Amino acid sequence: MIKHVSIAALPVTESLVIQKNRIENNVSPESKRVCIVTGTHGDELEGQYVCAHLVKLLNSEKQKLSGIVDIYPALNPLGIDSVTRGFPLFDLDMNRIFPGSPTGSLAEAAAFDIVRDIEGADICIDIHSSNIFLREIPQIRVSEQTQAELLPYAAMLNVDIIWIHAAATVLESTLAHTLNMRGTKTLVVEMGVGMRITESYCTQLIDGIMNLLHGLDMWSGDVQHVRAPIVSKDHGVGFLNSDAAGIFIPSVTHGDYVHTGDVIGRVLDPLTGSIVESAISPCNGILFTLREYPVVFGGSLLARIMGDGNG
Amino acid sequence: MEMVKNIIYSIKSPYRQSLDIIGYTFGSGEPSCCIVGALRGNEIQQMAICAQLVNTLKNIEEKGCIAENKSIMIIPCANYYSMNIGKRFWTMDNTDINRMFPGYELGETTQRIADGLFKSIRDYVFGIQMASFYQEGKFLPHVKVMDTSSGKEAAYESLSDFGLPYGLIRKPIPYDTTTLNYNWQIWGCQAFSLFATYTEHIGGQSTQAAVNATLRFLIAKGMLKWSLHPGLHTRILNEDNIWRISTSRAGILKKYASIEDEVREGDLLCEIIHPLEGSTIDKVVSPIDGIVFFSYNKQLVMEHTDIFNIIPF
Ligand SMILES: [Zn+2]
Repeated sequence: MIKHVSIAALPVTESLVIQKNRIENNVSPESKRVCIVTGTHGDELEGQYVCAHLVKLLNSEKQKLSGIVDIYPALNPLGIDSVTRGFPLFDLDMNRIFPGSPTGSLAEAAAFDIVRDIEGADICIDIHSSNIFLREIPQIRVSEQTQAELLPYAAMLNVDIIWIHAAATVLESTLAHTLNMRGTKTLVVEMGVGMRITESYCTQLIDGIMNLLHGLDMWSGDVQHVRAPIVSKDHGVGFLNSDAAGIFIPSVTHGDYVHTGDVIGRVLDPLTGSIVESAISPCNGILFTLREYPVVFGGSLLARIMGDGNG
Repeated sequence: MEMVKNIIYSIKSPYRQSLDIIGYTFGSGEPSCCIVGALRGNEIQQMAICAQLVNTLKNIEEKGCIAENKSIMIIPCANYYSMNIGKRFWTMDNTDINRMFPGYELGETTQRIADGLFKSIRDYVFGIQMASFYQEGKFLPHVKVMDTSSGKEAAYESLSDFGLPYGLIRKPIPYDTTTLNYNWQIWGCQAFSLFATYTEHIGGQSTQAAVNATLRFLIAKGMLKWSLHPGLHTRILNEDNIWRISTSRAGILKKYASIEDEVREGDLLCEIIHPLEGSTIDKVVSPIDGIVFFSYNKQLVMEHTDIFNIIPF
């Protein structure tokens, strides 16, 4: 059943409507509710496929579902519709305005409605897909303060890695932080790359979500065996930023296991033809982030490696 | 002594000349005051205010009127890359330098710019940022300070040294914690954000008002041996005490009030006109007696738009 989460009038004729699809079966007062949300950043599309496929799957075998699954494909409909990462007209990152306010701007009022709608769910999964610059293997990011509560659920989602990051005040204005602080367990998934859909990653996460529903006794159908993620804190993550400017040509494959000293890629100067930088792996581990967009400035991130502590 | 022009930070681009952030220093000795202009590509007014300050301080220094053992640095524009191509945020990834402080030396481009900039300006006693708003509209000129734990009492009192009509105190929200002003304050600098009326247009009067406000502050703090008319009495108030009037309908905005107007409770502020049919669909009246501090200046409004801010008498 399609429901309105937030509605607000735009200047000429139309309204901004944020919608969800509620799929429910066998609902009782004890029933659990899981929310799948995505589309906060208008250039991140991997979650679109996940939503489309999940809705189809759950509806086709609804008798195996017990409880409520709410699917929100587009928290920022104007952004997705206009290939804009932020919230159009405000020039702002929608994931920096939570919990929002009913008396604030249209973006803040929408954020407030979104939180009110999701709050109280048993689990919320917030799907992101990096940006147009970097490609990520399926991963979950949790803050140090929420790891104890969230890790058991994160491990059910069939992702490759779990990155436990330090808290930062600015991240307190994200949807995930807001919901976690209000007792709604929210897991942030990052996978793929902006403006594209990577079907294999989507399928991997869908298997994980079905496994989670099964683990919560909400799904009685068959589930796939899920992989055990590598869990790491900030100190285990090696960053490779370019100091030079030019075009980046990777020499490894995304998701590879790399060794200390391996060449990850090179930055070339198209005018002179020279190699202006060789990016060298600082540790042994999985190359979980790889630059997708070739043009780099001084400072551009080229790769991230999740070290395994060996070497 | 003579004005010193330095490149305080430089970053490489693949296809353009390097971005060199230029700082102008006047006087010598104690790092007394740093003034930062444009961090965003649309902050032309903020750059122009600094440019005029550079020109003025050059004259003042030539006359030997910078105080002993005081140095003042002005950085008119930290992001001319975006300005030169008509973009507001960073050219490549659309990030906002003013959401990257204190910065990170080994991080992404805009984190590196913020880091490089911050390291060369953080040790000044006073910091003044020529700031702009996210909101589209006109404000009465004012100066603002963040309500953080470090040294705020002194900063509140200094608000009146600018001689602007309003001095505001803002309680930071998480989103503010990565701005220059907030990080300056946390580092121990007394930081102020100065807001001129316009952002993209260089108005003679509002540019000069901001230049004079800054000069007044530098004089009050003993950095310049110079004189200027004292400016206005400053009313200091918490940002929370400003009334925000927003729309509950959408359409074409027809305004009957503008900034600096004194309004009474019940006075008509604006009408919302149906964009296709021309009829009046809403009338917005003032809920309070006060002075119009902010006025939205776009012609179309959506629901929940902040259209007027009123400071009660
Ligand atoms: Zn995202």
